Amino acid sequence: MSLAVPGLRIGLSRDDLMMRAGVVLLAGLLLVMLGLPLWALLAKGFEDRDGKFVGLANYISYFSTPALFQSALNSLQVASITTAIVVPLAFLYAYALTRTVLPMRWLFQGISLIPIFAPSLLPGIALIYLFGTQGFFKALLGDGSIYGIDGIVIAQVFYCFPHATLILTTALATADARLYEAADVLGASKRRVFFTVTLPGAKYGLISAALVVFTLVMTDFGIAKVIGGNFNVLATDVYKKVIGQQDFSMGAVVGMVLLAPAALAFLVDRLVQRKQVALLTARAVPLVPRPKFARDLFFTLFCLLVSAAILAILGMAIWGSLIKYWPYNLSLTLDNYDFAKFDSNGWDSYWNSVRMALGAAVFGTVLMFTGAWLNEKTRGFGMMRGVVQFLAFLPMAVPGLVLGLGYIFFFNAPNNPLNFLYATMGILVVNTVAHFYTVGHLTATTALKQIDPEFEAVSASLKVPVWRTFTRVTAPICLPAILDIAIYLFVNAMTTVSSVIFLYAPDTKLASVAAVNIEEAGTTAAAAALCVVIVLTSAAVKAAHLIADRFLFARLQVWRRR
Amino acid sequence: MTNYLEVRNLSKRFGDFSALGDVSLDVVEGEFVCFLGPSGCGKTTLLRAIAGLDPQTSGTIRQKGRDVSALPPAQRDFGIVFQSYALFPNLSVTDNVGYGLVSRRQNRAAILKRVTELLALVGLPDAGPKYPAQLSGGQQQRVALARALATSPGLLLLDEPLSALDARVRLRLRHEIKALQRTLGVTTIMVTHDQEEALTMADRIVVMNHGAIEQVGTPQEIYRRPATAFVADFVGSMNFLAGTLMAPDKVRVAGVDFDCPVQAGLAPGQKVSLCIRPEDVRVRDLPADIVNRVPVEVAELDFVGAFCRATLRAQAAADVALTADFSSNLIRDLGVDIGTKLDIALPPDRLRVFA
Amino acid sequence: MIDRTILRRATLAGAAALAMFGLASPAFAQKTRLTVYTALENDQLDPFKKAFEADNPTIEIAWVRDSTGVVAAKLMAEKDNPRADIIWGLAASNVGLMASMGMLEPYTPAGASALNPMFLSGKSPQTWVGMDAYLSLVCFNTAEGKKGNKPVPTSWADLIKPEYKGSIVMPNPASSGTGYLTIAAWLQIMGEEAGWKYMDALHQNIAQYIHSGSAPCVQAAKGERLIGIGLDTRGASEKTKGAPLELVVPKEGLGWELEVTAIVKGTKNLDAAKKLADWAASKKANELYAKTYPIVAYPGVANTPPNYPPNLEKVMVKNDVEWMAKNRDRILAEWTKRYDGKSAPKAK
Repeated sequence: MSLAVPGLRIGLSRDDLMMRAGVVLLAGLLLVMLGLPLWALLAKGFEDRDGKFVGLANYISYFSTPALFQSALNSLQVASITTAIVVPLAFLYAYALTRTVLPMRWLFQGISLIPIFAPSLLPGIALIYLFGTQGFFKALLGDGSIYGIDGIVIAQVFYCFPHATLILTTALATADARLYEAADVLGASKRRVFFTVTLPGAKYGLISAALVVFTLVMTDFGIAKVIGGNFNVLATDVYKKVIGQQDFSMGAVVGMVLLAPAALAFLVDRLVQRKQVALLTARAVPLVPRPKFARDLFFTLFCLLVSAAILAILGMAIWGSLIKYWPYNLSLTLDNYDFAKFDSNGWDSYWNSVRMALGAAVFGTVLMFTGAWLNEKTRGFGMMRGVVQFLAFLPMAVPGLVLGLGYIFFFNAPNNPLNFLYATMGILVVNTVAHFYTVGHLTATTALKQIDPEFEAVSASLKVPVWRTFTRVTAPICLPAILDIAIYLFVNAMTTVSSVIFLYAPDTKLASVAAVNIEEAGTTAAAAALCVVIVLTSAAVKAAHLIADRFLFARLQVWRRR
Repeated sequence: MTNYLEVRNLSKRFGDFSALGDVSLDVVEGEFVCFLGPSGCGKTTLLRAIAGLDPQTSGTIRQKGRDVSALPPAQRDFGIVFQSYALFPNLSVTDNVGYGLVSRRQNRAAILKRVTELLALVGLPDAGPKYPAQLSGGQQQRVALARALATSPGLLLLDEPLSALDARVRLRLRHEIKALQRTLGVTTIMVTHDQEEALTMADRIVVMNHGAIEQVGTPQEIYRRPATAFVADFVGSMNFLAGTLMAPDKVRVAGVDFDCPVQAGLAPGQKVSLCIRPEDVRVRDLPADIVNRVPVEVAELDFVGAFCRATLRAQAAADVALTADFSSNLIRDLGVDIGTKLDIALPPDRLRVFA
Repeated sequence: MIDRTILRRATLAGAAALAMFGLASPAFAQKTRLTVYTALENDQLDPFKKAFEADNPTIEIAWVRDSTGVVAAKLMAEKDNPRADIIWGLAASNVGLMASMGMLEPYTPAGASALNPMFLSGKSPQTWVGMDAYLSLVCFNTAEGKKGNKPVPTSWADLIKPEYKGSIVMPNPASSGTGYLTIAAWLQIMGEEAGWKYMDALHQNIAQYIHSGSAPCVQAAKGERLIGIGLDTRGASEKTKGAPLELVVPKEGLGWELEVTAIVKGTKNLDAAKKLADWAASKKANELYAKTYPIVAYPGVANTPPNYPPNLEKVMVKNDVEWMAKNRDRILAEWTKRYDGKSAPKAK
């Protein structure tokens, strides 16, 4: 809004130059990791199958098929319904976590994360065992069937719930108790307080949760592919074109269409950011919920219910991994965990996954946090920072298989000096970091926005180089956010399939891909077993984080105590 | 006396909005200058331009003879304290204060000595090992001050340093900062919206409004001889009586002519405001031939502690009202109460006239 | 100065990280490492690799295995800088397309002349050489059939009977090669007009078009559906695992497809690739194929793997592979228009 009118050109300090160089480097890196690979595929949309330039012919032919309209409508329908269910559900859950006195809060918080730890295959398998034709609770669906929109929505709700809960927990956690005291004193009814204080306070959290859920559903093809059946959505259209017919041109066209919601999300976010003022001023008093029996009971029951649903799905998968043959031979066995029987890579792919996830967590966290800091704190340089911001937003809207194929076209090009990366663990790491860039970048940016904006000014006045303040002050203060990003990258790297499926080499096959292969080979139980191992790994890492947080970091972060 | 800082024709625009319009200002070495004005007047913008944090759109700034207009903050010479303190929460007080010293490659013992010295200077000799969160607001602000002074900058910039503190702490810190500044002799610019703060601390006050300087002067000058109606109104209390200039030294209010100092810049017949501070209204021992005598009635009487602020209505014109400060003695001696009728006089040398 | 040191340090750290995660490949032996792209079943990989390496101790196979669509997409996307040395076990229709795009190194393996000519590309030298044939048949869940009192169908024509309403799944031809060969077979047996009319009727009984060729028989095996039209191998393997499944061969005949071997043009290990191509066409290799597939390229080694219907060669339709390739876009467009676009949320 308030861009200074360019007039006087202020000289650049060494810090400024260094940071600008950093931003340029970051933009270049993001271009290589995201922009160019995406373009490598999307450019195919303007070519025919033989690589001849045909202008908009593919677009014209695509937009004139009635199927497109139906798919787009279906995509919007599923995305809207899922958003309409997930956001209120996650809001209540986040509300319970932050604003009520909940017994064993940490446990409920942990359970809400489980879906993130699971490859999308897991809810697919569990839902079929629960609600399929032979399922235990088929009756609950009445006339409906799990193979269709009902199933997609249930699976998407499961899959998106933690994302929305995370965002809303953050939004609700940063409340100023004084506002509530003021409302109390004014004699406002609980309802009025909710609608005039609570909701507006969480408004931006609600908007970004809705945006994230909406785009997640729009771009996900895994769930739609497994239980969607003939319910076509845009993401499965890409799948049909690319995997079914190896028609990259049309796949690129649909991929481009899918970028529309991303562009929209980017715009909305920009508008929202513009209006956002720091809700939490330095003098705000953190809100500490006081016990209130009826409310706490209600929310405890609510959280129990939601947690039970999540655990039921996980439990079903665990049980499914221990049985011999669903549904005709339910005797128990541990054989399904001997992965060498089902996939020649055996447990190797699991260790590959762990290695890849660690690599992504380290490389990605450093890149995302440093990048967000550069982009947030560099003075001036608006254009370049805008480019970075846009590139950082892009991956949220890109279906994994579009990115994966783009990586082949770009990194495998014979004249690309980077093609030594192709078919290595390195490319899997880079691809995964790129694929999950948006959320990490946003987390880092949010954390950076919450610290005093004058640190850099103080450092400049003290003639302290800006990087020193970054390493000595900014990064240590943001340690919790940095760890969150690392964990986020780790768990997603453990479960990601859609993009890396095109990029693994003989020695770098990943567990998540192996699980899909095993499931495709019909050995559902072994696939479930591998999914369970993945969930347990991620859960263990998260638990280690929590324990470390409590005992180790508490000592490092003694300065937080008053 | 040499000018330490020279600001010339400084402007700053945000789109169509002009935050600073053609501001020029000199600051003498060792001086304590306050930028005073309501929020949005441009005082913080001016301070941040001087620091190089938000560069001006046009204009020049010279510091100690050196043109710093286009220099980034790191190449200028200043220490700064913000309203938020901006202390590094994860560093101990010692590390905070020594932050700027470490990068100057001084040895550890020298740094520690300097830090100890500074902490003693700001009255927190034992705070070294503590973290900012364990200190009170006032203590944190002192640490921020010590940190800004650590590198012995030529210019100290204070951006509303006291407004986040409670009244008692604020009062005490006012004196401490002023005393410290006097001891060190460091040229200091402080931004504040609190006129009392400016009046008690500053050697000179720069009153700003709408991105322009209204008046520059010592606290006495600003208070006694406000240059504009805005300054008169913003600093201290002031009665504004609507009238017409009849002659260069006569203003007519509600049909009564008042003698006033000769007004050079105003033309007779012009609508003006006749102004007087409440404490300048005379009541006691009025000589019979005193000019500007007005019979009034006491309409309201507000007890303010050391004195009472009375609202007086002219007996001849009930819509003409002004406030006057009456000491407790005076009220007792004259038996003033609501409804009391008495005569007051407006001493011409205390009257100001603004268009 | 300091800044630069830091930058340099960061660069070094980055390079080290890349080296750790990227370039750390296992120690190379003096063996030739042959990168083989395949869509063979997981459990076939090990025996195939072991058998080949036993005969060729200087060559080591490194598999890249995924589903047919993914492997084909990967190969096509890597066209300009191929990473595969050889394809061993991918559908002929996909490989045929690659041949027409000049992506393959023509080579006639040593034993090719001994193979059933139906399994050869027909070019000289051969662009690809067949290994085995797989078929699209009907998997019927007998347990569910008994529960619902539904008879076992014996022909394609049976499947359009109203009693099977909503209980059949088949692969979506737009996303699965098996799906396409199934409908191509119908169009070839019945003729185009009758073929489409048949599919119109069948559409009424279809519960779902699935995005995978193997999933329909798996779903039928698990009782999710009564009938699945899909891959024969998967039906047989599910039955072996204990599924109450009957593999039905409709009497009108079956659509089929070949799995083939082909050398990728531009391979740096051409000699080793040729050795594998030779071996893949050998009788020994065909005996291995025959453990999973009932129909293989080498005449006489045919065998009926467990739980397969016997004498499948007899019911294979006369399949014009060229016709299939040429008409693919047209047929898929027509199919999509008829069944895919409007079949949306029919969750009944």
